Amino acid sequence: MTEAIVEPEVLEPIIARYNGDPGNLLQILIEAQNALDWLSPGTQGFIAKSLDIPVTHVAAVVQFYTHLYDTPRGKYRVLFSHNITDRMAGSPTLMAHMLKRLKLKRGVVSDDGLVSVGKTSCTGMCDQGPALLVNNRAITRLTLRRIDEICDLIRARAPLANWPAHYFRVEDNIERADMLLGSAYAPGEALRAAIACGPTGMMAEMKRSNLRGRGGAGFTTAVKWEACRDAPGDERYIVCNADEGEPGTFKDRVLLQSFAERVFEGMAIAGYCTGARKGLIYLRGEYTYLRAPLEAKLSDFRRNRLLGMGICGVPGFDFDIAIHLGAGAYVCGEETALIESLEGKPGRPRIRPPFPVTCGYKNQPTVVNNVETLCKVTEVAIHGGLAYAGTGTRQSAGTKIISVSGDVERPGLYEYPFGVRVSQVLEDAGAYDAIAVQISGAAGQCLTPQEFGRRIAFEDVPTSGSFMVFGNNRDLFEAALNYAHFFEHESCGFCTPCRVGTALIARILEKIHSGHGARYEFNELNRLHQLISTSSHCGLGTTATNALHDIMTKFPTVFDRRLIRRDFEPGFDLDAALARAREVAGRDDANAHLDAHLGEGVDA
Amino acid sequence: MTDIPNTFNLDGERIHFEPGETILQAALKAGHFIPHLCANPEFTPHGSCKLCLVVVNNRSGSACVMKALPGLEVQSDTPDLNHRRRTLLQMLFVEGNHFCPGCEKSGNCKLQALAYDLEMFNDHFTHFFQPREVDASHPDFFLDRNRCINCELCVRASREVDGKNVFGIAGRSLEAHIVVNSPTGLLGDSTFAKTDRAAEVCPVGALLPKEVGFRKPIGARLYDSAPISQTPTAVKEEV
Ligand SMILES: Cc1cc2nc3c(=O)[nH]c(=O)nc-3n(C[C@H](O)[C@H](O)[C@H](O)COP(=O)(O)O)c2cc1C
Ligand code: SF4
Ligand code: SF4
Ligand code: FES
Ligand code: FES
Repeated sequence: MTEAIVEPEVLEPIIARYNGDPGNLLQILIEAQNALDWLSPGTQGFIAKSLDIPVTHVAAVVQFYTHLYDTPRGKYRVLFSHNITDRMAGSPTLMAHMLKRLKLKRGVVSDDGLVSVGKTSCTGMCDQGPALLVNNRAITRLTLRRIDEICDLIRARAPLANWPAHYFRVEDNIERADMLLGSAYAPGEALRAAIACGPTGMMAEMKRSNLRGRGGAGFTTAVKWEACRDAPGDERYIVCNADEGEPGTFKDRVLLQSFAERVFEGMAIAGYCTGARKGLIYLRGEYTYLRAPLEAKLSDFRRNRLLGMGICGVPGFDFDIAIHLGAGAYVCGEETALIESLEGKPGRPRIRPPFPVTCGYKNQPTVVNNVETLCKVTEVAIHGGLAYAGTGTRQSAGTKIISVSGDVERPGLYEYPFGVRVSQVLEDAGAYDAIAVQISGAAGQCLTPQEFGRRIAFEDVPTSGSFMVFGNNRDLFEAALNYAHFFEHESCGFCTPCRVGTALIARILEKIHSGHGARYEFNELNRLHQLISTSSHCGLGTTATNALHDIMTKFPTVFDRRLIRRDFEPGFDLDAALARAREVAGRDDANAHLDAHLGEGVDA
Repeated sequence: MTDIPNTFNLDGERIHFEPGETILQAALKAGHFIPHLCANPEFTPHGSCKLCLVVVNNRSGSACVMKALPGLEVQSDTPDLNHRRRTLLQMLFVEGNHFCPGCEKSGNCKLQALAYDLEMFNDHFTHFFQPREVDASHPDFFLDRNRCINCELCVRASREVDGKNVFGIAGRSLEAHIVVNSPTGLLGDSTFAKTDRAAEVCPVGALLPKEVGFRKPIGARLYDSAPISQTPTAVKEEV
């Protein structure tokens, strides 16, 4: 490793603020990088020594999170959101433009050490893309002009704080409001209603409500809470899952920006029912800009005795909330990976069982709930379980917020009672020529127009809350390739089928993309899908090929158009491999090339 | 459910287990082989290689982490599962860089032995040919990451038995790789010693002793006379 200057005067206060606790390693590294721009071997060694942990632990964390850097990446670190919706909105052109203006190669720092430009997974700004992150601050609605302005600011070395504030504005774009987004909010109303029921009474209301988790799996919230309450433990924890990494999903961002008080109350009520006294919000690094306003609101809550000791004057009802940041890892949305990350480790999913409700954060009983689920808890408290169960469908009570992006006139949030038809959402959002809708992010299913009559509900089309809409000029192959790169990049690397399988899928799709794929490759994709989806360690692997499989089976022309008609063609390009020989020989005439028959059979 | 407590069915055979044992532990103890690479009952289960895939009451799971329970119906030696295992082995072979004919571990290597036993005739997939670092800095041992399968047995042995924490895994996706706890990142500058338990556990040829090249000739090695599934030590050694 190279020698590097360590700044103890920078690191020591950060480490002290986190009590020198290795459990806060990730938070310490995030702050150290904010101060120093990257985490040199010297910095890592210093932190390892101060926390009294092996330097391998520090290296493991630094190398796990994509937004932590162990090589210099410049004063300005620009990352373009690489989600398919950003790409459809023109992000590749914008990135190419910026690279040209800054005379840079993607991922390579400028010679003067000023700036680097790269790609990152979906930043959750799909309704106002294309978007980028600069030093973890989101800039939305990019245009060529805006890119030019940004390049000028970077060249002038203008501090981010002096950049025009409107660059960083993030809109709510609430297009249809219902129970949650449309109702008035009075601070403490839900908490007082819960207190009036008592812990057991409130738990009974939760059971009556039939509220199910909004994070994807649809687990009944009351069952989770009861299991946590009844599990033996010294301390209990309520964790709010605000990792929102599923491409195309941005509802939790809006809830935390404009409805955060309900999230806090939901968490406190969960604490009241389960006996937990500590709450943790795991906020994805891409939403770092929400941290300061959230902290301010938490302070207000404490001042108004809605958090802290003796909430609402009830002796013994103690509950407080702390915020932890992520640093670029989709898998950390998986609840056990999230808990590992909260403990300052790489976000590798744990072996289950035991489940978090019995053995979670610091091996204590822990409830992990999605942001939206926790908001719904306040509705149950205020209106009662029966009233709550009165909307929606039999198995899916209440309303659901859907993040709509892609080829629609009015991207944004749409809240409906469960049971709404896909076609209704599309009509309301102004999707007039949809050929496909990707539901629930890259891990979800891809619906054909024949399926637009289906309903959003756990019993029909379940969703964690996103619609990515594809219009009739779109090629779904591009989407499949984008998802494949996403999963290859986001696999935590723990288990063989997911680590190697997602990379193999990406290579095969690239081969097809380059015009060399045959029926053989198509069959290989199918075979890999069967293996990865049944044999992986966690939900990332088991869902990584869902959309691909849907596109392959329900949209046959997407692949047929691209497959060559021969049975097989080698991926190895002999002619390209001879390029170096041509260079040495100084010739590039037709005879120096292999017969162009390799391209034959490729459909134009 | 069966009436006999503390037994389950594995491929139609009744297997006895002690409460708390995993399916893999109980099966190996009963002399019933289930393929495995990252498991070694001496250390905390890991569940990463997925070679020990079984179907339990119609759901896939890893035998090395699933607790044995009375009455479970476990399938292991089925064409479907062996096909899946073969593909997983092929994945491991194309992910790393394995040159068996010149490898000192050949014949003693579990990866190779399982590949023979499961009739993996070729690598099938296109090789990734990833550049991987070789570390020859230690006087007694090589660390050749080309052949590492990320099973973390050395990580666990060093942590749990040697109390040293010499090894760790860093990086995600295909970039996950072994890192060494020393100021330089080199094995030679770490506290690793040839007497460590971690020096003995590598199932492949990634952690190899120096200066003992081919002391035992090819042909007379652990898995040379019988397939791994019928090698008594492989079945019993670790229990
Ligand atoms: C790869 C992966 C990513 C996930 N990402 C999220 C996420 O960003 N937000 C979330 O709430 N749940 C996510 N989940 C689901 C969580 O594991 C967990 O089920 C959920 O947070 C439980 O909350 P709920 O019961 O309120 O839905 C993810 C699951 C997997 C497998
Ligand atoms: S480690 Fe095993 S599989 Fe790899 S080259 Fe050596 S003998 Fe072959
Ligand atoms: S060096 Fe050997 S024991 Fe360690 S992780 Fe790699 S393959 Fe496993
Ligand atoms: S690497 Fe996460 S599921 Fe396998
Ligand atoms: S032996 Fe079970 S997953 Fe490796």
